[in-house]
Amino acid sequence: MVLAWLAVLLSQPLLAGPDGAELFSRHCVACHGEEGRGGVGVPLALPAFLESVDDRFLTVTIREGRPGRVMPSFRTLSDAQIQAIVSYIRSWTDRPTPTFDPAPIQGDAQRGARLFASHCAGCHGPEGRGGHGTGVTFSRPRDLPIIAPALRNRGFLAAASDRLIRATLVRGREGTPMVPATSLGLDDRDIDDIVAYIRSLESTLHDERRRLQEKHDAEPTVLMEESSYTLEETVENVKQAIVGKNYRVVRVQRLEEGLVPEDQVNPRQVVVYFCNFNQLNQALAIDPRVGLFLPCRITVVEEKGVVRVYSTNPGRMAHFFNNDELKELCEEMSRTYEEILEEATL
Amino acid sequence: MRSILPILLLLLSFTARAEDLMMVRSTLSFPEAMVTLQNTIRDYGYTLSRVQRVDIGLTSFGFKTDKYRIVFFGKAEENRRMIARRPELVAYLPLKIAIFAEEDDTLLVAANPVKWLEGLVEDEELRIQFERWRNDLQAILEDVRRAEE
Repeated sequence: MVLAWLAVLLSQPLLAGPDGAELFSRHCVACHGEEGRGGVGVPLALPAFLESVDDRFLTVTIREGRPGRVMPSFRTLSDAQIQAIVSYIRSWTDRPTPTFDPAPIQGDAQRGARLFASHCAGCHGPEGRGGHGTGVTFSRPRDLPIIAPALRNRGFLAAASDRLIRATLVRGREGTPMVPATSLGLDDRDIDDIVAYIRSLESTLHDERRRLQEKHDAEPTVLMEESSYTLEETVENVKQAIVGKNYRVVRVQRLEEGLVPEDQVNPRQVVVYFCNFNQLNQALAIDPRVGLFLPCRITVVEEKGVVRVYSTNPGRMAHFFNNDELKELCEEMSRTYEEILEEATL
Repeated sequence: MRSILPILLLLLSFTARAEDLMMVRSTLSFPEAMVTLQNTIRDYGYTLSRVQRVDIGLTSFGFKTDKYRIVFFGKAEENRRMIARRPELVAYLPLKIAIFAEEDDTLLVAANPVKWLEGLVEDEELRIQFERWRNDLQAILEDVRRAEE
């Protein structure tokens, strides 16, 4: 009886096929917004975007993501589920879906590199590493309505065929700062050379993600030092060290405040919250999800007569954001945390 | 029935997300989403300990920002038990959810404890606890997401 019920329950969605709208709502809406209006992620519903990319581009992008550029990979989704999402995205436009010949384009990559530096790097960054920040306006003013994508990216290069890249160069992308290459005075040969250069970036990506993963795996989850001072002295030392690093102490409280009645709070667990608002503003512009780091904090604990100071390790946490730009900032924060812990306990 | 339950749980687990970050978009305005989030957190048996008003700090220093808050919450006894087992957890607790406005929508994001704290797993009790936190955070976010439906 139970088996029969279970079989019926599980067969319903299988028989019906994946629901693209529901899958999009579950996996994509948080970043790309309702009906692809954009947010942390790019505005997918942009007509100029949908008419310039083929279904393969969308499919591989969903599957592989954009390593280091926020967009995660969705390898747990089945081919049918990804196809359903792609079909849903296509339903936003009645313009025809383009197709591209997969044959590679021949060109002079070295010459293309020079042209890229002159005409493309201003938005796409040196070596096509991408523009700063994430997505569109995102609750704060931005210089561009859309952030130029990273071209030197394993996910992008796997998704985009040479001829898709070429077509984008030729037509530009209406509604974004990407103008047709011909309006910049570039001819067919120039465009082919730029395509060859972008494709050549693939060879520079070998092992980069693996090295980053190994670095992440080697990072401790928590930074910790034992203090030779009393709890109260250590808290004061932490506060002084924080100010010495150009941060502002915003709050000192016991860990359990607000969780238990005042008379039951453990007084030997103290949290020092601190902030550098300029740095915070920069971090939010890079990735608005950094609230998960906030506020900066050091926790001082006395347990059985031993005082220890703890902090999270932003350098390790950054890995979870899939945002290389944020990683640099977080590694700097980790070094600052380590220095504060050392100064407060030595 | 007992033998079928693990199979059912296994099958259903395929629908669970394993992202490092758990993020949802709510079409509720920020104030409505904030109230819904706090009520939902309480519904799941947690105590709200504090709300950090990130936007207030930023604007007081002259930076432009929309509403941006961090909501802290926890279960005191659970936290004490886990910190006693793994003192390093003190750096991560209480749990938190970041909530911020994006034009008319509201975004909510939480870290997946199973991923973020995997370096601290040293026994079954910790692993189960991290999964419980992950499930609760996921359910809270999902409830807020569906609140307008």
